[in-house]
Amino acid sequence: MQIHQIRCYIYGMAKQPIITVNNLTKNYGDFAAVKCISFEVYEGEIFGLLGPNGAGKTTTLEIIETLRDKTSGEVTVDGFSIDKDADSIKKIIGVQLQAAGYYPNLNLSELISLFCGLYGVTKTPMEMLEKVALTDKAKAKYKELSGGQKQRFSIATTLINNPRIIFLDEPTTGLDPQARRNLWDLIREIRDAGTTVVITTHYMDEAEVLCDRVAFVDGGHIVGIDTPDHFIDKLLESGFERKKQVKDANLEDVFINLTGKEWREG
Amino acid sequence: MNNYSNTRATLAIAKASFRSIIRSPSAVVFSLAFPLIFILVFANIGSGGVAVDVGVAKGSDTLSPVYVALKKVKIINLITTQSAEDMKADLSKGSIDAILNIQKNKNGAMTLYPPLSALGNNQKAPYTVNVQYTKASSKGAILQSVLVNILNNINETFRKKISLDHFPVLAEVKETTITGRAYKYIDFILPGQLGFSLLSSGVFGTAFVFISLRLTLVIKRFFATPVKRYSIVLGEALARLTFSLLGATFIIMVGHFMFGFTLIHGIVTVLNMLVLSAIGLIIFMGFGFTVSGIAKNESTVPPLSNIITLPQFLLSGTFFSVTAFPKWLQYVSNALPLTHLNNAMRKVAFEGAGLGDVTHQLFILLLWGIGVYAVAVKTFKWE
Repeated sequence: MQIHQIRCYIYGMAKQPIITVNNLTKNYGDFAAVKCISFEVYEGEIFGLLGPNGAGKTTTLEIIETLRDKTSGEVTVDGFSIDKDADSIKKIIGVQLQAAGYYPNLNLSELISLFCGLYGVTKTPMEMLEKVALTDKAKAKYKELSGGQKQRFSIATTLINNPRIIFLDEPTTGLDPQARRNLWDLIREIRDAGTTVVITTHYMDEAEVLCDRVAFVDGGHIVGIDTPDHFIDKLLESGFERKKQVKDANLEDVFINLTGKEWREG
Repeated sequence: MNNYSNTRATLAIAKASFRSIIRSPSAVVFSLAFPLIFILVFANIGSGGVAVDVGVAKGSDTLSPVYVALKKVKIINLITTQSAEDMKADLSKGSIDAILNIQKNKNGAMTLYPPLSALGNNQKAPYTVNVQYTKASSKGAILQSVLVNILNNINETFRKKISLDHFPVLAEVKETTITGRAYKYIDFILPGQLGFSLLSSGVFGTAFVFISLRLTLVIKRFFATPVKRYSIVLGEALARLTFSLLGATFIIMVGHFMFGFTLIHGIVTVLNMLVLSAIGLIIFMGFGFTVSGIAKNESTVPPLSNIITLPQFLLSGTFFSVTAFPKWLQYVSNALPLTHLNNAMRKVAFEGAGLGDVTHQLFILLLWGIGVYAVAVKTFKWE
């Protein structure tokens, strides 16, 4: 871990790419889901893939995660090619799937033990659950958890193998504002500990406060890639003006102010 | 990270799957409760389950030696509580098999002393046994032969008592029963139930687990870890095998100690039966893999599984011997894998055969195994 942090520090300014995607294309029969896209994810950042449903975000992620075959193009993850070293990639990434379930009839501790076996690492369930503040739910079943707890547990399973990169596919969809902000904090902590985070989301406010850089995907193409700040500045420079005067707070701030910050367990 | 162990991953899946199985009510009910209930019911029916219901007419002499002797015959069920009309009606329906009326004859000679050597042949017998049979039941014949037997014995004793044994006897029946192992119904029903338990666990259990792991994306999440595909299949198979063999041991023990199920060579027989169980389960799991691949969702699993399990449940000698079926149906029965597993089980358990003596059955099971897995490999879906 320490060596890793030093590396982050050294390369942090130089923006060392940890994921390189080059001319990636994926066709389903006649339908082209991903059309010749290229981008890089830098080590130690939170990278957001944004775009409407069906834009190709999940397909792109699953190709990088080695879960789906590509049609053409090149993808390198931490120096490993997805064509030749899929197994090496699986060992250094953590994956949270959209809407994935967990093995039935097992409690959280037992699920963590199962994943320890699958990753071939030795960790106690409690130390993993502690990272996501779920130790009091160790004996609970996954389906008994609230939406926010489910997402936190999913993230715990992605951290078991001390991954270099974790992939989170719409982790905050369906969560209430408190749970969502709590999850942002967790994701930032993971990034601060040196893990690169790749995330997809439909919420632009979320991408704005959470992501270091974002890429907009539409119709299988990347239509823009930059930091949220730069995107907003560029839009304003082009003469864009909001119809309604922006205030220094929004309705969600009101919600949080009225209902409190502490997390409700559903 | 470089010393990744596929064995460890396989065992982790096996452990998770085993925990999941023992916590799923349907697995426990189908693999243990159902077979035990069937065993309980059928073991108590007793040998063959034949009983002849005989109505005893009002006013019958229940003290007569004929009646006393009949009462001792186990398969004869004497009914004394019904009215004459009911009895008549039941007889014509065949719900009772015969009506018996034993009358003491008033001027029948019963005094044994002085010796009746001088008696004439026109002397009336001391008892008259009137029996009414019915065309509605074929079991009357059993009563008939029991009665003839009893009467012969009584007449014989009677004749000896009055020293008429020098009278010429045309033919004498000498009956002997050899002392062999009693083939109890439990010896038939238990292997059948065991086989069926393995069949339902192999087909339903495997199909449900794999389709639910596939639909809930559990397998997809597994694929994001370094685990190999064969570890997933092997781990699941290990868990099911462990569960089913524990279940089989339990069923055999309950059968042996509570119902006197015959185990010729004791523990060796049990081990042979467990080896057969494992072979059977592996083949049946092949059906399960196939069903999980063909089924679109969880609700199509039961009908597809039933297509495989029900015919075998009925035709593979689970409840009745295959030989009781008409010839053409026997051909069907003899093509089914469960028939051969059941036959092998019965040979091993009751006849004390070793695995080397059931090679014919094992060979047919092997053919099924090859066929089923060839189909399973083609139809199985990972996602």
